Amino acid sequence: MKNKNIKVCIIRVGGTSCDVETARAFQELGAQTEIKHVNELVKQDSLLDYNLLVFPGGSSFGDHIRSGVVFARTLYAKLGKQIEQFIAENRPILGISNGFQTLIEYGLLPGFEGIGQQQPQAVLTTNNPQGFKCQWVYLKNENKGNCLFTNQIPQDKILKIPIAHSEGCFLFPPGKEKSLLQKLVDNDMLVLRYCNENGAFANQTYPANPNGAYHDIAGICNKEGTIFGLMPHPERAMYWWQEPDWTTKTHTTPYGDGKLIFENILNNIILTQKQ
Amino acid sequence: MSSNFYVQCAGVSDVLEVTLAKVTDAELVEVSNELALGLSLDEMKVVQAYFKSEGRNPTDVELQTISQTWSEHCCHKTFKGKIVFEGKEIDSLFRTYIARVTREIDAPWCFNVFEDNAGIVKFDKGYGIAAKVETHNHPSAIDPFGGAANGIGGVVRDIFGVWADPIACTGVSCFGPLDFDYNKLLVGVKHPKYLYRNVAAGLSFYGNNLGVPLVNGAICFDESFIGNVVACCGCFGLLPLDKYFKNAKVGDYIVMAGGRTGRDGIHGVTFASAEIMVDKSREVHNPAVQTSNPLAEEKLGRAIMILRDQRLASAITDLGGGGLSSAVGETAERYACGATVDLSKVPLKYLGLAPWEIYISESQERQLFIVPPENLEAALSVFEQEEVEAAAIGQLIKERRLKIVYQGSFVADVDMSFLFNVPIATKQAALAPCMFTEPEFAEPVDLTLTLMQLLGMPNIASKESVVRTYDHEVRGNTVLKPFQGKYAGPNDAAVLKPLDNSWKGLVVSCGVNPNYGKIDPYWMAASAIDEAIRNNLAVGGRRIALLDNFIWGNPEKPERLGSLVRACQACYDVAKAYRTPFISGKDSLYNESQMGPVTPTLIITAVGIVPDIRSTVSMDLKTSGNLLYLLGNTYPELGGSEYYKLNGYIGVSVPKVQPSKARKAYYNLTKAIGYGMVKSCHDLSDGGLAVAAAEMAFAGNIGLTLDLKAISNKAIKRNDFLLFSESNSRLLIEVSPKDRYDFEALMKNSCTLIGETTKTEELQIHGLNNDLIVDAPLLELRAAWKKTLSAEA
Repeated sequence: MKNKNIKVCIIRVGGTSCDVETARAFQELGAQTEIKHVNELVKQDSLLDYNLLVFPGGSSFGDHIRSGVVFARTLYAKLGKQIEQFIAENRPILGISNGFQTLIEYGLLPGFEGIGQQQPQAVLTTNNPQGFKCQWVYLKNENKGNCLFTNQIPQDKILKIPIAHSEGCFLFPPGKEKSLLQKLVDNDMLVLRYCNENGAFANQTYPANPNGAYHDIAGICNKEGTIFGLMPHPERAMYWWQEPDWTTKTHTTPYGDGKLIFENILNNIILTQKQ
Repeated sequence: MSSNFYVQCAGVSDVLEVTLAKVTDAELVEVSNELALGLSLDEMKVVQAYFKSEGRNPTDVELQTISQTWSEHCCHKTFKGKIVFEGKEIDSLFRTYIARVTREIDAPWCFNVFEDNAGIVKFDKGYGIAAKVETHNHPSAIDPFGGAANGIGGVVRDIFGVWADPIACTGVSCFGPLDFDYNKLLVGVKHPKYLYRNVAAGLSFYGNNLGVPLVNGAICFDESFIGNVVACCGCFGLLPLDKYFKNAKVGDYIVMAGGRTGRDGIHGVTFASAEIMVDKSREVHNPAVQTSNPLAEEKLGRAIMILRDQRLASAITDLGGGGLSSAVGETAERYACGATVDLSKVPLKYLGLAPWEIYISESQERQLFIVPPENLEAALSVFEQEEVEAAAIGQLIKERRLKIVYQGSFVADVDMSFLFNVPIATKQAALAPCMFTEPEFAEPVDLTLTLMQLLGMPNIASKESVVRTYDHEVRGNTVLKPFQGKYAGPNDAAVLKPLDNSWKGLVVSCGVNPNYGKIDPYWMAASAIDEAIRNNLAVGGRRIALLDNFIWGNPEKPERLGSLVRACQACYDVAKAYRTPFISGKDSLYNESQMGPVTPTLIITAVGIVPDIRSTVSMDLKTSGNLLYLLGNTYPELGGSEYYKLNGYIGVSVPKVQPSKARKAYYNLTKAIGYGMVKSCHDLSDGGLAVAAAEMAFAGNIGLTLDLKAISNKAIKRNDFLLFSESNSRLLIEVSPKDRYDFEALMKNSCTLIGETTKTEELQIHGLNNDLIVDAPLLELRAAWKKTLSAEA
């Protein structure tokens, strides 16, 4: 199987805005990629035709209540059964920025108790310092090989990818931070953490950690490693010319660090198909 | 209201008949004021005569429709009317100066200019770029958050209005000084800091939620903006030129879609066509500012692109100023037909709107479509899938009349030729003498300190704290971002890569300098054009088109109009010489309050292209050991400069523009960039040479040493004037020593070698007598530049 046999579905609703560039990233790598409005998917009743689901960035439903919460409830109500089966079959789901917020609100991440739970176990809340920020950050791959989106990226590798959000501060419920963090680490669910350009962790200080996230958490996956959410936008770091400092460099590769994540999951889908 | 003139119409609720037939002149004015029509006595008399000829009285719906159609905002009476200036009559500023540039240049790449919601230039692979820039000043003075947000929303709908997909926005805003004394504010005037924060928040809220990157702009501070805030929003869109449908015909349906109609945004245009009464601003003007909902606009945009791609509609226009009244009327006029509209079919936010309110409401996120009958069902189902409310509210008819129905009765029935034959008075213009003189003061001893102070001046200081709140890279096509270099130096222009299968880039830049407008509106306008163009050139832009936004005071006052005429003359002279056509523009007049008029300000937006984005150049110095050249000549032009301002002066020696000379140098610079000789390039504007050099150095963290003797000339004997003169048409260019010979041969005499990049992280400038007059670590320069506005957002 090659990438061209992989079917990717980018799900959009009103307020989604990063679907086109996310689709472009998968198309660049040869995957068949479709952007579908939730209303179309409901009509088609064919979520299981796809190998990968993506919840893209944007501000779904205007994010009027809490970022991602209405998107999550809509997906649950309209496509919940199909999504449950999709996950049960260990098919992967990616959530970027607003999509990560949606995965958290849906309860699919961290998803300690598996799917079907109704209460979010973490939150992506108002940035500290407060306000929308659009800037490039450094991320360190902390995953030991569980996450299907990063397991071919060397551990401790530093990735340069931009963020653009106002609610990206990852927090656990007060008092449970340490135990839940331990659970994340024990199950190898911790994936990306904010660091500086030399790889030193941000220790919750701005601007290396742009939003005050607990333990500098930028991205996590579920126990199975099939569902991955991250605040930064890998689709904006797909090509070299998207990088903020490309004019200072001579280029040897046509791609940016974001490509590693997309490539990684497509490779894994091929591997699973072969088995 | 004096009830004498108003009678309830029989058979239909909430409609008044206005008994104009027998009223006196004084009463005509009274009616105009009571109904907030904004019509002059002469205009009211024309209305009175028309309805006499129809043999009946007008309804309030008709009067309001006429008022909207004839407002300055909708028909641009000042730019299209006659003006007497210096003994000569100018028949339309627009035709005489602005449109004439475009007509005379006659560029084959101008696809559609001035006629539609936005100007369109050809781009690549059958695609065009649509461009529009609008001001939203009056609403932003009352409600800065909503005003600025709707500024983005409105200009994006203009881009939708030519079937284009928005790919980038811009924002230029002007405020009073942030440290202005609260006690000096008049009641009702909001503090500059409040306006600054809320305008920024409004732009950020709308643009980010809509998912369109805000890539370029400027923020200016001046006392004349205290009572007249400026919020200017631009949008650029991409459209396949073969899908630019504008072929509506009789029998097609009028469909409105998007947000519902409410009482927000009533009389927005008539409000924008008068001075702001600050003490009454809250109670009088609040209903004129709309609520904003970017989510509704995002959904609307998706539906529009599907309608376009499936070719379901025959025309489209935005519902902006004047609401349905403008959109329906102008559409019918454009296609030489009439229209019927049933106001009962318009989806409302809540009950209780009178028919005239429905017809002129400027509620946001609404768009008007003309749909052939055979496509109506398909079009409505597209809206349904995208969860956008839509309704067919009328039809285009053959008879050249506007007929409005409400609850089964006619509430308006007006001849189109009357409605669009706007009576325009001839206006008088005169030039006011300049009030300033050139200052005399000694050269400061410590010019390093002066440079630090200048870097911290609000007009120069880093705007990063605000700009980072705008998503400038959603859609993933922003190639050159607002900040460049490791230390976020200020970029000259934004570059986008709109098409996946092409390396061709879109270059967006702007030029604005209100301070010069205090001295001479002609050279202010000329400078704004030159600045926008050289910003564009600095990154590699070429084939440049311009958009104008005039921000002026009350044009009924002859000296305000005189300065407007002078600015328009500069637009013709400079744009013609540079061969840069205007493709779209907008005027915002009546920017006056009891705190005085706005300084005449022309905001120029320049749209260029770059054949290959891989050849674009950023402003940060790249490596040590390179040569630094100054393109252009330095004159003793410090009038209106930041340096004079720092010393408490304005002066009169305003920077001039010599386009015929600059054009050749600009042309060669573009070639040098194309050949890859230029490592970095930065435009000289506020703060002159020293500020530009400092910015390049601290952005790239590369040291720089300059020698002013290289640019010494007879006219300037002072180091400070050489450092801080703001002469136009100048750029700094970094070139590798290996390209020295080729570069100098190419640029001929237009460039002067003034220094080189160094390994020490310092800026060092040698003066006319060889002394080291500026010597500062880049770290300190950068800190001075970043500090001023860092905590103000």
